[in-house]
Parts: sequence; C-alpha cells; structure tokens
Amino acid sequence: MSDTRDIELLIDLMARLPGLGPRSARRAVLHLIKKRGQVLLPLADAMHRVGTSARECLNCGNISTRDICPICDSEKRGNGQICVVEDVADLWAMERSGVFQGRYHVLGGTLSALDAVGPEDLRIPRLIDRIATENVTEVILALGATVDGQTTAHYIADRLPGITVTSLAQGVPVGGELDYLDDGTITAALRARRAL
Amino acid sequence: MTGLALTSLTLSHFRSHRRAVLAFDGRPVAIHGPNGAGKTNLIEAISLLSPGRGLRRAAPQDLARRPEALGWKLVATLATPTGAHEIETWAEPDTARTVRIDGKAAAQTALARVAAILWLVPAMDRLWIEGADGRRRFLDRATMSFLPDHAGAVLDYEKAMRERNRLLKDMVRDPAWYAALEGQMAQSGARISANRATALAALAAAQAEAETAFPAAELGLTHPEGPLPETDEALRSALSDNRPRDLAAGRTLIGPHRVDLTAHWRAKDMAAADCSTGEQKALLISLILSNARALAARTGTPPILLLDEVAAHLDAARRAALYDEICGLGTQAFMTGTGSELFEALDARGQSFVVTETGGRSTVTEVPPSAPP
Ligand SMILES: Nc1ncnc2c1ncn2[C@@H]1O[C@H](COP(=O)(O)OP(=O)(O)OP(=O)(O)O)[C@@H](O)[C@H]1O
Ligand SMILES: [Mg+2]
Ligand SMILES: [Zn+2]
Repeated sequence: MSDTRDIELLIDLMARLPGLGPRSARRAVLHLIKKRGQVLLPLADAMHRVGTSARECLNCGNISTRDICPICDSEKRGNGQICVVEDVADLWAMERSGVFQGRYHVLGGTLSALDAVGPEDLRIPRLIDRIATENVTEVILALGATVDGQTTAHYIADRLPGITVTSLAQGVPVGGELDYLDDGTITAALRARRAL
Repeated sequence: MTGLALTSLTLSHFRSHRRAVLAFDGRPVAIHGPNGAGKTNLIEAISLLSPGRGLRRAAPQDLARRPEALGWKLVATLATPTGAHEIETWAEPDTARTVRIDGKAAAQTALARVAAILWLVPAMDRLWIEGADGRRRFLDRATMSFLPDHAGAVLDYEKAMRERNRLLKDMVRDPAWYAALEGQMAQSGARISANRATALAALAAAQAEAETAFPAAELGLTHPEGPLPETDEALRSALSDNRPRDLAAGRTLIGPHRVDLTAHWRAKDMAAADCSTGEQKALLISLILSNARALAARTGTPPILLLDEVAAHLDAARRAALYDEICGLGTQAFMTGTGSELFEALDARGQSFVVTETGGRSTVTEVPPSAPP
C-alpha cells in the first residue's frame, strides 16, 4: 500500500508552471526523483533559499535577493540613462545583450483600463521621482509594439516633459526579409530609417 | 491553374462533420443536399481560412462537434500564385482559435495575406435594412481583400477604442491616458479610412468597366456626426475635442467605427434599402462579383467566394448569368443549394458534391460527371 499524495501535489504544482502541462509535469517529477542527489535536492534547496530571499527592488522593480538590486546599487550604472521595460524578463533580455550601461525601471505590466491597470499600478510615480534623484538625462522606452505597450509609452513620454525620451527602434529584425513583414512593421522601419 | 484555389480540405469534428477529406480542382464547386445536411457547415469551415469568426460569426467552442465537444480542426491546402500553403486551424475546448501556416504558428490576421475569401449568406439578405454593423463588416471584409493588413488596423483601432470607452465609463480624468489612447486610435483610424477609400475606388472602377447582368450600385460612406476627420492629426484632435461629449455618452461618438456604407441602385435611382428583397440580393451579388473582378484586375488573382444558397433566390436566367460570370472570372466559388437541378446551368464547368446526414453525422461525396445512360 503506497501513499503518493505528496508526489501528486508536487506534480500539480509543477503543472502550474508556464510551459508545463500535466503530462510534462509528470515527466519532470519522475526525472527529479530519479536524479534525487544531482537535481532534486539541490533544486529544493535553491528554491527554498530564493523563496525566502527574493524580492523586488524598492527602486526599480528588478528582482534580486536584496532590497536594492545590484544594478541600482552600482555607481557605474548611474550614467543618467533609465531603460523602462514591461517586466523582469525584458530586463534580463537587455542584460544578456550586455550593451546597455544604465539602470532600469520595471513597470510590471502595461496600462490597460480594461484590465484595471492604471498608472499607480505601474510604478510610474516612482519613475517620475527617480528622474530628479538620480540625475536622469534620458529615458529609453523599451515597450512592446502592441496597442497597450505603445499607449503606455506615449503616456510616460507625456508625463516626463523636459527630459529626453527615446524608444527602441521598431522595424526589420536582424536577418529578416522584407517580404515577410506586415505593412505596420515596414512603416515603422521606414520612419526609423537612417543614413548609411 | 494559376489563380487562388482551395485544393484540399480536411474537417475533423467540425459541427456536423465528424471527418471529411475533400479534394478540389479549382473549378467552381456546387454543393447540394437536403435541409440540415451540413452544406453551410462545410463552407463555414472554408470561411475560417480567413481572419475572424467565419461566416456565422460563431464562437470557437460552438464549432466543435456535439455531443463530444472535444474541439475541432481544419487542415487545408491553398494553391496561390506564389505557391501552395498549408493552413491548419483548430480550437481546443475553452481556448481561442489557433492558426498555423506552413507549419509555423501565425496570427489569425496573417491568414488575410494568404488568401482573400469573401462570402454571401442568407443572413445578409437584410444587410441594407438592418443596423450599420453588418454593412461595416461587409465593407471591411471587402477592404481586407484588397489590403490584407486592414485586419490588423481594425483590431488595433478597436482595442484602443475599447480601452478609451472604459476610461469614459469609469469617468477617469487623466488627460495623458486619453491622449495616449487617442494617438493610437488616430494612427490606426487614419489607416482604416485610407484603406476603405482605396477599396471603394477599386469597386467603383470594377463596376464601371464590367458587362454584367447584375445591377451597378453607387457606393458611399457616411458618418453620423458630420464629416469624419480622416488624417491622423485631424482625428487625434477631433477625439481630444470630443472628450466632454464622449464622457457624457460613456462611449466614443466619432471615428471610423461609426462609418456606414450606403448603396444606391444606379439604373433605378433608388437607395438599396428601398429596393425589393430580390433586388437587394442582386445588389449584394453584384458587389461580390465586382469585388472579385477588381481583385483580379489589381492582383491577377480573384478571391475564393462562398455563396450560401445563392441559387435559391435567383430565377433561371439570373442563375445562368451568375454561373457565366463566375466561370468568366475564373474564381473558385463554393455554392450551396438544396437540389442539384439548381446547378444544371453550371454543368461540367464545375465540380459537384452532395451532402447528406444520418444520425447527426454529415457525409460529403463528390458526384462524378453524369455518365451517359
Ligand atoms: N456543433 C455542432 N455539432 C453537431 N452538429 C451541429 C453543430 N452545429 C450545427 N450542427 C448541425 O448541423 C446540421 C447541418 O447544418 P447546416 O446549416 O450545415 O445545414 P445545411 O445543409 O446548410 O441546411 P439548409 O439547407 O437548411 O441550409 C444542423 O442540423 C445542425 O443541427
Ligand atoms: Mg444552409
Ligand atoms: Zn533596482
């Protein structure tokens, strides 16, 4: 007579992860149990530590294990540029490229009246405060090319008079062929053209 | 075959069709069978190879075969001038419709770039006398056939407008929020107006040049609140100026979402709404044919037409004229009717299918060309 309740619970919890369903969760749990020493126990340990220490940076909304994240804490990153992103995954994507040397501001979403997400829910007042306290000279908006993303971008630009606000260029992806682009993308790319 | 054609179609658990595997050769297709056999269901499936909810405007879960309600799937091959494309579209229970084009996940709006598909269904018989919504949809579908990216502009506009309407209803007073949404609406709204104008001009030109048995119509656009500001800038400032009135109304009162399509029967000098039922139907057929002709002229490729019960409303002479025009255009038209005699005048110029139903399950069979007795 075996009791599998804890294992079932683990499968249920895993199945709630993005990208996993009930089937893949069962496979993952089976794998974890088979690799108890190499994977399961270190994973449980790491999860426990992150679970007790991970928090949002009080300044920018990035996630780290401290109240102020290493990027906000670093003098070097205080170059006067703030890049505004929708969520932490976007911040990580920017960091992977390694080209941006300034700080970030994570909104945690986009403006949407229909989803009851307003400016206060997006740390926009905090962003306005940061302009003065961190001697910001340029705000770079790296928001999605969706209606909500662009509405949020225009809203922020409107609320930051007297400061340089730029947005990431939209257009032809690296390695992309014109043939496959829709007219919105081509229009944006044409508007953002530059001299060679 | 150089134009656009649906060459194969597989329906799985789609309405009354449990499984049907069909092959088409590009000629017009006549589909007959008794009431309730599953003819409209079949062409509804074809209508889902274009963006949106198809010719019945049904929710994805209503398309799943009952009682199983396990979801449904369509797989189609479209031959186009630039090569063949495989379209897969399906919905699982309680999920949105998913689209794959040539094995790659795609947005529904991308379907408009693969094939232009236009339809006439009996529910549209009242198009000219009912609300403006139906006429606007008709106009936008015609526009999308000329300019596939029109679908995206309409979606963006409606999304921004729904957001703005929500602010209006909630009496939010943040001017920057309104301005940001109005900017989005103005940008896509200006594209919508320009696209519609292009489409109307193309339709007018196609009507002027055609020799047809169907009546020509003068088409126009009206806007209930004076002339519609059409440029990005003009629309943006009109929306901004109109905010107090919109706040009072709780919705957006001006914009391309309020535009109506009018039609005037030229030879009779009469508004479409005042014409007889049969005349109104003839007008719609005339517009669909003009649309097909205009597309053929612009792109060299006529659209696929879905004409549900089109034959039933026409006398024998008009029916023959319709088949002649369809064959002349080289468009793959799928037509339904209860009896095969309705398609006699089409004869060997088309393919013939019969749909029957037993125990809530439809069967589709191709009818071989009539052998001599
Ligand atoms: N989700 C569904 N599952 C199973 N059957 C369905 C579903 N939706 C509709 N049906 C059935 O499909 C049948 C055929 O419908 P359809 O409208 O295609 O008939 P038709 O051949 O066009 O008939 P008519 O000549 O009257 O227009 C109807 O009897 C209807 O009950
Ligand atoms: Mg029918
Ligand atoms: Zn930080």
